[in-house]
Amino acid sequence: MRFMMIVRATPDTEAGAMPEASLIAAMTSYHEELAKAGVLLDATGLQPSAKGWRIHYRNGQRHIVDGPFAETKELIAGYTLIQVRSREEAMEWARRFPAPMGEGTDAILEVRQLYESCDFEPDQPAERSRKTQASHTSARA
Amino acid sequence: MSREATHRAIEAVWRIESAKVIAHAARLVRDVGLAEELAQDTLVTALERWPVDGLPDNPGAWLMAAVKNRALDRLRQDALHARKHEELGADMDALQSHVVPDFVDALAEASEDDIGDDLLRLVFTACHPLLSTDARVALTLRLIGGLTTDEIARAFLTPEKTIAQRIVRAKRTLSEARVPFEVPRAAELPARLASVLEVLYLVFNEGYSATAGDDWMRPTLCAEALRMGRVVVGLMPNESEVLGLVALMEIQASRTQARTDAAGRPVLLMDQDRSRWDPLLIRRGLAALERAEALGGARGPYALQAALAACHARARRAEETDWAQIVALYDALAVVAPSPVVEINRAVAVGMAFGPEAGLEIVDALAAEPALASYHWLPSVRGDLLAKLGRLDEARAEFERAAAMTRNARERELLTARAHAVGAPP
Repeated sequence: MRFMMIVRATPDTEAGAMPEASLIAAMTSYHEELAKAGVLLDATGLQPSAKGWRIHYRNGQRHIVDGPFAETKELIAGYTLIQVRSREEAMEWARRFPAPMGEGTDAILEVRQLYESCDFEPDQPAERSRKTQASHTSARA
Repeated sequence: MSREATHRAIEAVWRIESAKVIAHAARLVRDVGLAEELAQDTLVTALERWPVDGLPDNPGAWLMAAVKNRALDRLRQDALHARKHEELGADMDALQSHVVPDFVDALAEASEDDIGDDLLRLVFTACHPLLSTDARVALTLRLIGGLTTDEIARAFLTPEKTIAQRIVRAKRTLSEARVPFEVPRAAELPARLASVLEVLYLVFNEGYSATAGDDWMRPTLCAEALRMGRVVVGLMPNESEVLGLVALMEIQASRTQARTDAAGRPVLLMDQDRSRWDPLLIRRGLAALERAEALGGARGPYALQAALAACHARARRAEETDWAQIVALYDALAVVAPSPVVEINRAVAVGMAFGPEAGLEIVDALAAEPALASYHWLPSVRGDLLAKLGRLDEARAEFERAAAMTRNARERELLTARAHAVGAPP
């Protein structure tokens, strides 16, 4: 099963501030551990929302709204995608995640389970509507 | 945390750390069986203490330190034992090292170096050619995968007792043969590495080909083989065939969801809904293949198979498949790893690239191949080529023959349907 560990944005990440060398080192070594354990699928940091945009779908119309976006804490600054054998294993890896903004600085790491699209499920009738993920329930834990 | 939640958390930590813990102990005591015993004792201690004291901040380091102490204690006992023997006048020359006073301390210091190296030694030991293939597979899943005997038994649809005995015997064999706990030297390495890769691919295929298995452990085998493959890539980043195998497994795994229809029947590669292939795994597979090729390993058997899988992965629609490239890859594979099965696949590719007549020529040359005598794939392929040539009666006969040969009910269904599709007998 796959989990995404999501680092929430902070005023610093939104300002595009480079993390300190010690934090970069901690992140690198953590991700190396994930890779060595064979569980790392993907990971990356995101640029500030100032460089992004949103499309609002309203009343059948599309409106483009350029960043930055105000609600910093709701934004994401990066993610790490892992494939593990149990929810507890994901929990343990999340527990080892370095403080995302450095020790002593407030931050939030959010962990979410992915819908299983290729988690080697046994012959489950796959739902054709899976892509919309509207009604797809989380696969067996 | 509730008691049960703590237990599950400890189990998760163990899954992550067990191979390293066993490897660390094995480096010290030089015996995989004993090392696993010591590791199990360490787990028992953790299960006793952590629910009371709480999980340590760094559970991995805690386990490593604990198993090391156990291993060193064991060695001290053995040394003491050996010294007593010496006092009794036994010839202890062979145990010279055991009576050097600081032997244990020196060993502890020496063991501080790379844990990755210990893990690699464990991988090579578990896949030692001295062991039967079955034993290597079971031991690898146990020691590297951290699966329980029960889980392995369920995955292989084998009684737990059989698996347990297999593992015990394997450990004894290694111990009795005094197999050194080491990474094989250069001259030995290719053959030993081939054994490791064979075991991983076997585990993968056991899960992958088992569309009939309804036990959820079988799909777990694919995931576990892939994970172990990624681990070995991390340990040997410059071995192109490891990358080749991982690339092959990533790409094959990307098709998991498309390989069966809603009723669980197998769907042939050319008929699969490619939008259901996992793009992340494809991307990972192609990247691994690229690295294998950059290392000069494009002609390795696994890299070639990965390149074949990649040809399909790159074609967005079945009609866009580059069959000429596939023929070239099979030609290369037939040189480095010739086998009748490769020849059949080559025939299929030639049939697609250059027409059914050309494919049939290769297939007919295989008709006398004894290794294929009970292999349904040959008549099935022959039937397909004949059908394309409009030789329908012969085609039907081949499909019927193939249907009678397969032991897989769903495949039989598929072949019988094909026999019907080419028309009723006159």
